[in-house]
Amino acid sequence: MPGAPPEPPREFRDEELLADVIVRLIGDARHVAVGNASPIPATAALTARALGNGRPYVSLLGSVRHTFFTDGGSELFDCAGQGRVDVFFLSGGQIDGEANINLVSVGDYRRPKARFPGSFGSSYLYYVVPRVILFRTEHSRRSLVEKVDFVSAPGTSPPGVFRTGGPVALVTNRCLFAFDRARRRFSLASVHPGHTVEEVVETTGFRFDRPDHVPVTAAPSARTLQVMREVVAPELSEVYPQFAAAVFGIERQRAG
Amino acid sequence: MPQLARTVEEAIAPITDGCVLLVARETAGVAMEATRALIRRGVNRLHLVACPTSTLQADLLVGAGCVETLETSAVSLGELGAAPRFAAAATAGAIRLLDATCPALHAGLQAAEKGVPFLPLRGLLGSDVLAQRPDWRVIDNPFGQDDPIVLVPAIKGDVALIHAPMADRDGNVWIGTNRELATMAHAAAKTVVTVERLHDGNLLDDPVLAAGTLPGFYVEAFAVAERGAWPLRLAGHYPADGEHLAEYASLAATADGFARYLERHVHARRAA
Repeated sequence: MPGAPPEPPREFRDEELLADVIVRLIGDARHVAVGNASPIPATAALTARALGNGRPYVSLLGSVRHTFFTDGGSELFDCAGQGRVDVFFLSGGQIDGEANINLVSVGDYRRPKARFPGSFGSSYLYYVVPRVILFRTEHSRRSLVEKVDFVSAPGTSPPGVFRTGGPVALVTNRCLFAFDRARRRFSLASVHPGHTVEEVVETTGFRFDRPDHVPVTAAPSARTLQVMREVVAPELSEVYPQFAAAVFGIERQRAG
Repeated sequence: MPQLARTVEEAIAPITDGCVLLVARETAGVAMEATRALIRRGVNRLHLVACPTSTLQADLLVGAGCVETLETSAVSLGELGAAPRFAAAATAGAIRLLDATCPALHAGLQAAEKGVPFLPLRGLLGSDVLAQRPDWRVIDNPFGQDDPIVLVPAIKGDVALIHAPMADRDGNVWIGTNRELATMAHAAAKTVVTVERLHDGNLLDDPVLAAGTLPGFYVEAFAVAERGAWPLRLAGHYPADGEHLAEYASLAATADGFARYLERHVHARRAA
């Protein structure tokens, strides 16, 4: 059959590509913290640490081994309040075009149509962590909306509100958006291999900027993939046993 | 003096209907055996405060109809996704929900342990979390200018319920680095503890252990409950029972399935 030649077989999984995108976004940082239910950001943070020979410090919420906190659950927030956390990750059942995030409910708050787990630390950390990376693997008009139904945390704040942090980017299963705080707007930075700009426009519920030429997201390097699979994957299984098993084939560990 | 109870059932006596009950986040030490005992006893009208989040414990208590008010930053089953009975109760309007954010709950507990009426907290301004909490206030920072800041009132618990690796016979409880368990105990009028085992000697005699010890001074009652966090993990002791949690997630997706789960794993265990 004539037509486009088949794509060469990929040498990495989608999760590895997304983690690599996040590794690049982390860049140089002293301390990266990762919250609940964030296996791909956790993969990225641990990979950045392994590639950086121990820098950045990584704090995985829910981990005993991959955190230095000794002062209980409030230490992360105390650290962040003083500017001691450089990078954090947030998601949302809904994320809108001004980077407002909703981790609470769809529809009327008192009698919602759907209820999400809750805001976790977002209503605080979004304000005080300089570089917050938004992450959502479901890129659809249901999750990326024009306006969120409930604001767990706003993407930007008016002058006069104490705010040292906020969003820098949104990573989805289809693409990478950069966020411009002054313009309160996303712009399309790259589209992942196998996806198209048209598809991103079609599946995004909010309007965003896009340059004439949108690059394809770069593939992870062989070195990064090796570190992810050999060093990071076994470390992940403490907090994310199911993810480590499904993506990296890591056996469930026996000890707590 | 802390009472070493013979059974978990006896230890939970201070947790009465309608009380403000503080419970720990999953990684800190969740008293699941005691939670099942509470459901068997039929505790109700609880004002449950997750410190600052919860998983199976809140979902079970909500599903079993024990909770009137739930104050939390989040309830989920972690890797297994949504907490089904919590989500069902929230969409049905069956419980009074006080949505918070993690550091606000920490701040409320810290205010209570200090005996002050409130603590200030950054963030929150312009969020619907704040808009839905008329009990929280915004003031202008009295030490600054045009600097609005949120005040979170003290959260005074009637009882804090925790699970820990060990206690000695004087009711001193080793909590290690899970310092928020101490904050919860300080913030509550009474603390009920279950432990994996009893420690011979006094934990406060060893400075290394004493640094991670909640003094018995705060403890009302404690009991030994081996594997008392099951099916959740107790860090450093045993992992979560993933198969059991998957069974829960699947059964609890419906009210009927949840009733079968209670029959099988909460009510039946007493006879077993």
